[in-house]
Amino acid sequence: MNATPNLNDLKPNTRAGAGDVVLSGAEVLLRVLVDQGVEVIFGYPGGAVLPIYDALFRQNAIRHVLVRHEQAAVHAAEAYARSTGKVGVVLVTSGPGATNAVTGLVDALMDSIPVVCFSGQVGVPLIGTDAFQEADTTGITRPATKHNYLVRRAGDLARVAHEAFHIARSGRPGPVLVDLPKNLTVGPAPYQPAPRTPHPSYRPRTEPDREAVARAVAAMKGAKRPLFYTGGGIINSGPQASEALGRLVRMTGFPCTSTLMGLGAFPTTDRQFLGMLGMHGTYEANLATHGCDVLVALGARFDDRVTGRLDAFSPGSFKIHADIDPSQIDKIVRVDVPILGDAGRTIEMMIEEWARQSAAPDNVALAQWWQQIDAWRGIRSLHFEQDMTPSAIIRPQHAVRRLYELAMETGRDTYVSTEVGQHQMWAAQHFQFDRPNRWLTSGGLGTMGYGLPAAVGAQIAHPDALVIDIAGEASTLMNIQELGTIAQYRLPVKLFILNNQYMGMVRQWQELLHGSRYSESYSAALPDFVRLAESFHARGMRATCVGELDDVIRAMLAEPGAVVADISVAQDENCYPMIPSGAAHNQMLLGPEQDGEVTVSAEGRMLV
Amino acid sequence: MTTQEETTVSAVISILVENESGVLARVIGLFSGRGYNIESLTVAPVEESRHQSRINVVTSGTPQVIEQIKAQVGRLVPVYRVSDLTALGPHVAREMALVKVVSSGEARTEALRIAEAFRARAVDTTATSFVFELTGATDKLDSFIDLMRPLGLAEVSRTGVAAIVRGPRTI
Repeated sequence: MNATPNLNDLKPNTRAGAGDVVLSGAEVLLRVLVDQGVEVIFGYPGGAVLPIYDALFRQNAIRHVLVRHEQAAVHAAEAYARSTGKVGVVLVTSGPGATNAVTGLVDALMDSIPVVCFSGQVGVPLIGTDAFQEADTTGITRPATKHNYLVRRAGDLARVAHEAFHIARSGRPGPVLVDLPKNLTVGPAPYQPAPRTPHPSYRPRTEPDREAVARAVAAMKGAKRPLFYTGGGIINSGPQASEALGRLVRMTGFPCTSTLMGLGAFPTTDRQFLGMLGMHGTYEANLATHGCDVLVALGARFDDRVTGRLDAFSPGSFKIHADIDPSQIDKIVRVDVPILGDAGRTIEMMIEEWARQSAAPDNVALAQWWQQIDAWRGIRSLHFEQDMTPSAIIRPQHAVRRLYELAMETGRDTYVSTEVGQHQMWAAQHFQFDRPNRWLTSGGLGTMGYGLPAAVGAQIAHPDALVIDIAGEASTLMNIQELGTIAQYRLPVKLFILNNQYMGMVRQWQELLHGSRYSESYSAALPDFVRLAESFHARGMRATCVGELDDVIRAMLAEPGAVVADISVAQDENCYPMIPSGAAHNQMLLGPEQDGEVTVSAEGRMLV
Repeated sequence: MTTQEETTVSAVISILVENESGVLARVIGLFSGRGYNIESLTVAPVEESRHQSRINVVTSGTPQVIEQIKAQVGRLVPVYRVSDLTALGPHVAREMALVKVVSSGEARTEALRIAEAFRARAVDTTATSFVFELTGATDKLDSFIDLMRPLGLAEVSRTGVAAIVRGPRTI
């Protein structure tokens, strides 16, 4: 490695053929990243990736964002990907760098987020010798990724790096890890452009089968009580899929519900939207799921948070399931019409078929169905009473509502991330999303500590947008070190903490299932979040009663820099409505007054 | 996953994979991670030129679980094809066993007589022992081993099942 080319003028598709300057593996890697359209990497340096960091130092095409913990790098990359539709890129060192990234990788796997993670590895001759900072990274991450690679030959580096992006973004998206031994990034490696030939064994199907879609639409035309059940697959398919969903829902006149991951694909403020379904879904969404005669699942996977008790899930409905991943079909719930393909393409084809098939929908039955839904809606399952006396305790739902309303008043494009727990469900219920890619949450894995690094990723991707992490005080402490990243890059992230001094969801389940024995679920020895913010060069704010809430939210939204807003909320508030574990959709708890009526079955007690 | 009672069936799954490092770990890791049974497993390269290996797995589960196994294995990146030979129709499933019998006198003679009836070959012989090589369907191997038990059965080594569809069809 004698020649050190200047990478400042890296151009896509410039070929280094025989006789050209010899690039190091690290330089080849960066050239591939430029080819793949990468603009930002989230990472943390260490011994095994020093050559890559040195190559990064000598170029300007790719920006590196230094996080404070490798888990946060992956969450930031996930939010970057989720909010832009691009692939998120992570760079970590060997050993602890890679093991710290594992939680983020599994999070991305569960929520189908395209991420490519490059990890350093000890040199090939040292692999398997228990070398310093050596870990069997590909072994550890095999079930944590969609696919992973250990590059053993310099000649494979460029091809594998290109392939990693293809696999991460195509089909059902997911995380891909590429483990790079240090001798390969130091030594010379041949550059290759992205291969034009298809992958020999990996060929996901995206185009749905016309005949299956026609059968689905025939059933939809004959439906008396239809329901769209939409999920994260529509967001993954791209904004055009959400736009198409809007047309399909309006042209059919059917009601539409969504999973947690799908929020924003269809405007949540629309009259045809019933709210989220599932464990903390609305009464009307769950009763409609229970009572519908045709259920159209689009890019959703019948997660246990959604279905509740399986043998009572949407009994008697004709089920249509569109998914890009064949392994999701008939996994949990047997369906009548499976449709394999991209959610967006499936919706487009459904629109074509709806126009083509001459049968008229049963408008009389549909009108009756809407009457029934409106009656359920009349229960107002998300309703809460906020005492507006200035000294009154803030209810967390009210805090989220006011945050939404005041954020809307700013007219700014708004991205919301969350941590995991009660506050996440209140955010899902009370913040509204009229566009896709604005809602960033950890659904499948339920990773506490997701929200703050996710806000970093979203703000890096959208520097001018309003980015808010709706957090709980317990969750956000799991990655609070990212206030350092926020300070370093002057990210105007707003950390909005619903502080009830409990791991609220844990406490709620202890109330419901364990005789209110609050075993270890109290947030003791909390930091002073205002002073914590100040020590990280951010503004700290606090609201302790209703009279202070709006002023604090307004001040937070007006502040040009980062803010930590510590909102003291009612400590005993629980998240309703709720389907207790092991119960069916029509056995919802609407409020605390019903807690005494619930007897969770022995089976339900064993469910998470 | 289903709440209906379903009968467990046995299935022979053949998987054609890219012959690369870690591919077997991906397949068996998926089985253990998702709680699927592996009753037997064989793997060997079958297409040197195309770098392909074939994995044969004998498994059991409800028909829905067998379908899930196929779908889950099918989405692994280095997997070319997954086939449930049991569902494809008639197939041949064979395995090989090496069976060591240590005995003398009457038992030794009887072991040799049974081996002949089973068309097992003695591939190693000493004054006090035989190593028999036997190829056949799993139940044939099982009964041979059962018969050897009282005749000084000392050690068994089996390959697991290799299987292929009958007739001109391929997977």
